[in-house]
Amino acid sequence: MILGIDVGGTHTDAVLVENSILKKKVKVPTDNANILSSLLAAAQKIIADENMRNIKRIVLSTTVSTNAIIQNKIDRVAMVLLGGPGLNPATLNPGKDAFFMSGYINHRGVEIQTVNKDEIEQINQNLQRENIRQIGVVGKFSSRNPQQELRVAHILGNDQRQFSLGHRLSGRLNFPRRIATSYLNAAINSIYENFVYEVKKFVGKVAGDIPVYILKADGGTILIDQSLSCPVQTIHSGPAASIMGLLATAQIREDAVALDIGGTTTDISVFAAGDPLLEPNGITINGQKTLIRGLYTKSIGIGGDSSVRIENGNICIGPERMGPAVALGGEIPTPTDAMIVLDISALGSKQKAMDAIAPLAQKMNLDVVSAARSILDKMAAIIADSVKLVMEEINSKPVYTIHELLEGKTINPKKLYVVGGPSALAPDIAGLLGYPYKIPEHSEVANALGAALARTTTEITLLADTEKRELIISEEGTVMKIPGNFTLEDAISVGKTVLKERAAKHGADQNDMVMEVTEAQEFNMIRDFCKTGKNIRVKIQIKPGLISAIDSR
Amino acid sequence: MPKKEKTTGLIFFPAFDWAISETHPEREERLLYTQDQVLEEGLLDFDNIKEFKPGIATYADINRAHICVPDAQRLTTPSHLISAGGAITAAQKVLTGEVDNAFALVRPPGHHSMLVAHGARGFCNINIEAVMVEYIRHTFGIKRIAIVDTDCHHGDGTQDIYWNDPDVLCISLHQDGRTLYPGTGFVEDFGGPNALGATINIPLPPHTSDEGFLYVLDRVILPILDEFKPEIIINSAGQDNHYSDPITDMRFSAQGYALLNEKLAPDIAVLEGGYSIEKALPYINVGIILAMAGLDYSNVREPDYNAEQLRQSADITGIIEKEVQNIMNMWKRRSKLKAQITGAAHYIRRDKNIYYDTDNIMEKQKETVRVCSDCGGLVMIDSAADNGKKIFAVILPNQCCPQCRKDGEDFFGRVSNALYDHVYFQDREKDIFIVK
Repeated sequence: MILGIDVGGTHTDAVLVENSILKKKVKVPTDNANILSSLLAAAQKIIADENMRNIKRIVLSTTVSTNAIIQNKIDRVAMVLLGGPGLNPATLNPGKDAFFMSGYINHRGVEIQTVNKDEIEQINQNLQRENIRQIGVVGKFSSRNPQQELRVAHILGNDQRQFSLGHRLSGRLNFPRRIATSYLNAAINSIYENFVYEVKKFVGKVAGDIPVYILKADGGTILIDQSLSCPVQTIHSGPAASIMGLLATAQIREDAVALDIGGTTTDISVFAAGDPLLEPNGITINGQKTLIRGLYTKSIGIGGDSSVRIENGNICIGPERMGPAVALGGEIPTPTDAMIVLDISALGSKQKAMDAIAPLAQKMNLDVVSAARSILDKMAAIIADSVKLVMEEINSKPVYTIHELLEGKTINPKKLYVVGGPSALAPDIAGLLGYPYKIPEHSEVANALGAALARTTTEITLLADTEKRELIISEEGTVMKIPGNFTLEDAISVGKTVLKERAAKHGADQNDMVMEVTEAQEFNMIRDFCKTGKNIRVKIQIKPGLISAIDSR
Repeated sequence: MPKKEKTTGLIFFPAFDWAISETHPEREERLLYTQDQVLEEGLLDFDNIKEFKPGIATYADINRAHICVPDAQRLTTPSHLISAGGAITAAQKVLTGEVDNAFALVRPPGHHSMLVAHGARGFCNINIEAVMVEYIRHTFGIKRIAIVDTDCHHGDGTQDIYWNDPDVLCISLHQDGRTLYPGTGFVEDFGGPNALGATINIPLPPHTSDEGFLYVLDRVILPILDEFKPEIIINSAGQDNHYSDPITDMRFSAQGYALLNEKLAPDIAVLEGGYSIEKALPYINVGIILAMAGLDYSNVREPDYNAEQLRQSADITGIIEKEVQNIMNMWKRRSKLKAQITGAAHYIRRDKNIYYDTDNIMEKQKETVRVCSDCGGLVMIDSAADNGKKIFAVILPNQCCPQCRKDGEDFFGRVSNALYDHVYFQDREKDIFIVK
């Protein structure tokens, strides 16, 4: 059996799953001031009369990291930056304790300017004086050659300090995002460490030696001990749990769109042949763009508790949340009130809902029931238009080869999946989009189910340069020698071996490693009309998905 | 001083699966490191920089700018259609107001392709700027356009296509033709009889540095643009004036390119040549994008940049100053030059020998233009290539006057197919293209 727990904004859900079948579910309120206590409460409640020996693993999806960032309960972080030429450093946003130093790696991973030991000593003294212990070290193009970051961390290292090195957190290019990612990782390091300590203490007490996994933003899991070096990967696991929950409850196999219609927002996610799409560059948290691998969601400001008003004769809904619904004791009419008027929802006081919609109906020259209908039609239309826009955006994403441009591969949704309170809107939205809809079962604990059944994911980025005779794997900090005749096939084969080891270390099942080569490019390097080598670029991932039924016993 | 930010469109198409031949400079790898640098600097995360997918140009788009022999289909591959399509996308985004300006970072280039095209020359099959310009005129009704060719090689193809067009100003600055391919583009080349001054050539001595480029920008290009008053400005943005370029001898820098683009403020920039793909292109392109978007580019420089070492000699400065005076004198007298050149002639003929280095074709061409005071003038071309192809073309200009139209239609009717493989009729005003 697998125990899955999802700490959400209002509820913490726990599920027990056996053979991919839901055995038991519980719900407790979330105390946002003490996430851990909510988590433990849900765990305690669900395992009350279970034989703990039947539980083979525990998977958690928590808001610990996300909340720390959003509530600004973070540590002071010093950022040591090796910026080289390019954008003006003033346009970067590395926080107030930033140290720019010399040292520069170029696009091919060649060290152009060495680091300066005197500067590092200066920084060392500053860190000592200010007693800053969380340190991010980020170099431009460090994912193409990690050695400068490693060297700086080595020189600055002591027992008191923890380092978040840019190249370990992502192999992708984007210096400003790498800075943000490293910064956030460092900022939540100690709060996350404390959380892990408490979780392990609890699990040790009640269950002994069961592996504990944490859900990441990419919808994959990682062993809790392994997550300690990259806590930032666990932010935004809520939306990821919700998408994995859809996979678990709806058996999505086709190109599809899913909507999670909440109180404040509606989250749109997209599936290509049943695989959830990933953000192309990385997720954005609290307005900060990062390189954190995460599932794609587009959040729009419309939900059951959005304010509804009439402006210049038009119905306006959201984006601000004014809920709860008047029927539930709120002040401003909401789509939920409209649903209560139409008996789509049985919540709260119908009379209060009627009273709330009545003044709007008057402005629209309609009776109350027709006005409620119009409000929901409008809401469905707004959501459907947003879905169309999202699909257009995804399908017009630039490509860089003639082959891909001419082939013009696109995602064409065949089905709409809807979860959340106002899922009664599903038929209307699906009607506007022109494809059928489905409302999955167990959606009230879908997130916990999604966490429980998510597979361990990971990714590596490999750069091989046969002119330099060097191969680099950023996420692992690997630098190794290769022969001059190294090929793309060799690179893929080395990559797969490394990925397999990495995935196993992160907790993946040997028999459940669906590897996917997401990028494989090979360029002849021509200098003065002669071929001098090959520049080979490979990305391989274990893609997000569900573990097989056998593994969930 | 804070700069004014602009919304800049980026049409990036590196054609990672296309090269002229295995070890040719125009190769898959060419924009690889530029893409790396653009991504690493996070430029696409700026709210005012938007990336777009290129469209695909149609054969009709090409037939507005070229006489392709035997036809556009056989002269192009998908890579050329996408490259020209990318330039068209840039124009669409700017002219529909979706962005303030746009940069088509596409390959292969096009500025050596001439009006009649028998094959590829100077790595170019079709002239992507000209295809874009004709699309702009056809679709958006824009009349006056300026193309500033900042590639190190003379933009001889673009010059040829607009040689007789008074409404398209072609300014090319380039390394002196006596020292570099294609060996043309001298100050005296000033446009056809009806379009004098609409072609401006600024040959620069080898080893010209930032100082010299910016001097001709301030003293020639900007003043002439001011007087010409184009509705849009296009930068035919070659990047091979760079001090590290392997096939040229100039000393321009990434900072220089960025400043040039800031001052020139092109509505559209289209990538042309530039083959220092590691040491120059990543920095130049980041500099140009930032400059176009009105962002700070002061920290963009090549790792080995050294202003002192690159400084041009006093001799070079002297040569350029003298040349600038010559050009500006001609520009001021441009309206008086026509009578001097045409005399009493009704038609002016020029003979050209055109070598297609990439495809190894030699072409002999007789171009005849009607001297006209009401339009750019009817153009007729008799062309024979040493691959055996012989063609005749009648070209009516934009805003063609009734007399040129009548003469052109008559000629097209009378030219016998027996003497030529193909006879072409290109009516740029009515967008008609006929082959017989």
